[in-house]
Amino acid sequence: MTAMQLRHAGENAILISFATEAGDEPAGPREAAQVRAAVEAARDTLGDDLIDLVPSYASLLVIYDALRTDHLSVTQRLQSLQPVIDEAIAAEGGREIVLPVYYSAESGADLERLARECGLAIEEVIALHSATAYTVYAIGFAPGFAYLGHVDPRIAAPRLATPRKRVPRGAVAIADRQTAVYPAVSPGGWNLIGNCPQRLFDPEHTPPMPVAVGDRVRFEPIDRERFLALGGELS
Amino acid sequence: MSLRVRQPGVLSLLQDRGRFGQHHLGLTTGGPMDLEAFLLCQRLLGNSADCTLLECSFGGLEVDVDTDTLLCVTGADAPLLVNGKPADLWTTHRVHRGDRVQLGHPQRGCRNYLGVVDGFQVAPQFGSTATVLREGIGGLRGEKLAPDDVLPCRSDTRRPRLCVPPAERPHYAGQLTVRVVPGYQQQHFDRLQQRRFYSAAWSVSQRADRMGYRLEGPEIRCDIAGIVSEGICLGAIQVPADGQPIVLLNDRQTIGGYPKLGSAISIDASRMSQLIPGGTVHFAAVSPHAAHNALHMHHWRLQHLPLQPLPEE
Repeated sequence: MTAMQLRHAGENAILISFATEAGDEPAGPREAAQVRAAVEAARDTLGDDLIDLVPSYASLLVIYDALRTDHLSVTQRLQSLQPVIDEAIAAEGGREIVLPVYYSAESGADLERLARECGLAIEEVIALHSATAYTVYAIGFAPGFAYLGHVDPRIAAPRLATPRKRVPRGAVAIADRQTAVYPAVSPGGWNLIGNCPQRLFDPEHTPPMPVAVGDRVRFEPIDRERFLALGGELS
Repeated sequence: MSLRVRQPGVLSLLQDRGRFGQHHLGLTTGGPMDLEAFLLCQRLLGNSADCTLLECSFGGLEVDVDTDTLLCVTGADAPLLVNGKPADLWTTHRVHRGDRVQLGHPQRGCRNYLGVVDGFQVAPQFGSTATVLREGIGGLRGEKLAPDDVLPCRSDTRRPRLCVPPAERPHYAGQLTVRVVPGYQQQHFDRLQQRRFYSAAWSVSQRADRMGYRLEGPEIRCDIAGIVSEGICLGAIQVPADGQPIVLLNDRQTIGGYPKLGSAISIDASRMSQLIPGGTVHFAAVSPHAAHNALHMHHWRLQHLPLQPLPEE
């Protein structure tokens, strides 16, 4: 079991990091599960002393109310969470969410080029991308942007040399061994391979996001007709 | 009952204290860059600390008043006119339907807080009215103020007029020493780089905004190019490959992968946000204990500083 480490990040912030196991990836599903468990445990133990939590790949930033408590008390309380986290990950938490994707040249501007560069048929790229249950490692960059990993090395592709000014909402994309769905129109440098008609971030909806850090996501290929029926838009 | 915007100024944003508890969705905090001036504006008006005020950066605001209430401007040293007559900052003014309020461009500092009794009445999103332009969330339509925007407010004729005694008002100089709680990634910067960071006079660059203040000075080298993306707190000082530090502020992205030297304490991050490009920053390391004490003393002062009653106008 990898032990957690607590470190000062600022006047009211402590970073819990989970040492990653040896390997070339920054974090694996095990660290994601630890982070997910730590989110719940930190919420419970800090109660009203907590201001915010930022889960990421192998760490959880805990921001506390320094007018109500102090770093000594918070450190002590967070240190006591190790057994709770160990127990929670042994129980295997996290949900699996299935997102529909219309993979095509018209919904994924880089699909054909990516397939060519990877030396694969388009169908093979789609099959490989939709075969994996991805772990949600972090949410950030923009509201609702979930970093998912890891894509099969055969379809890993570097970011574009020049990012696009406008990536459409719902774009499903690959960067290195990460994949993601753009929750809103934004600039972006990832390789676009398809589009997901389901909203990934909807301020009017509760909860606003279908996924959380530590969940697993699978992609289900759908055709054009189904994509449009589900409210998908082609730009 | 409202204020109507004639001229929105350079960058005027509705802000409450900030959006908290939403980082897990990737939403940042927003909120007032200068928390001290913001909180004193609330106290002068008899408001709770989380009412919605207007943060006006670099001045240029002009509004028509459509209600009877108390109005107050705190922050940067900018000329305030009520019906064309000069009016004091850090002071509440009784305004009436038909009055015009103008805030000119600041001479010292760059951010002002304009408030009315009980703040502006706009619907919160994710628990807060704080406007974050990058996210398109909060305020009016997630945007900065535009001409003809209407800022709903309540009327009040009962609360007393108050001012912050002149000797107690913040002085916004062109230079500042920012206290830093050193972070654990400091180990990736060798002793020479650390000395360089704490001894240099840093200049605020043109690229200083609500996301972060970029500073210019000697190049600070780090022995790693990046880290696995992790949460970023207010005031975090990250050093990208160009060796020029960035102090991350209210509208920062919630996670990031640049190595960090430490984190500016919030009081000084607030003060720094009043600097304009060309302003000078020095850094000084403090322990977490010292940071904690400074925060408590500062907060005590903001809550208990005696406000001076004023005669009715």
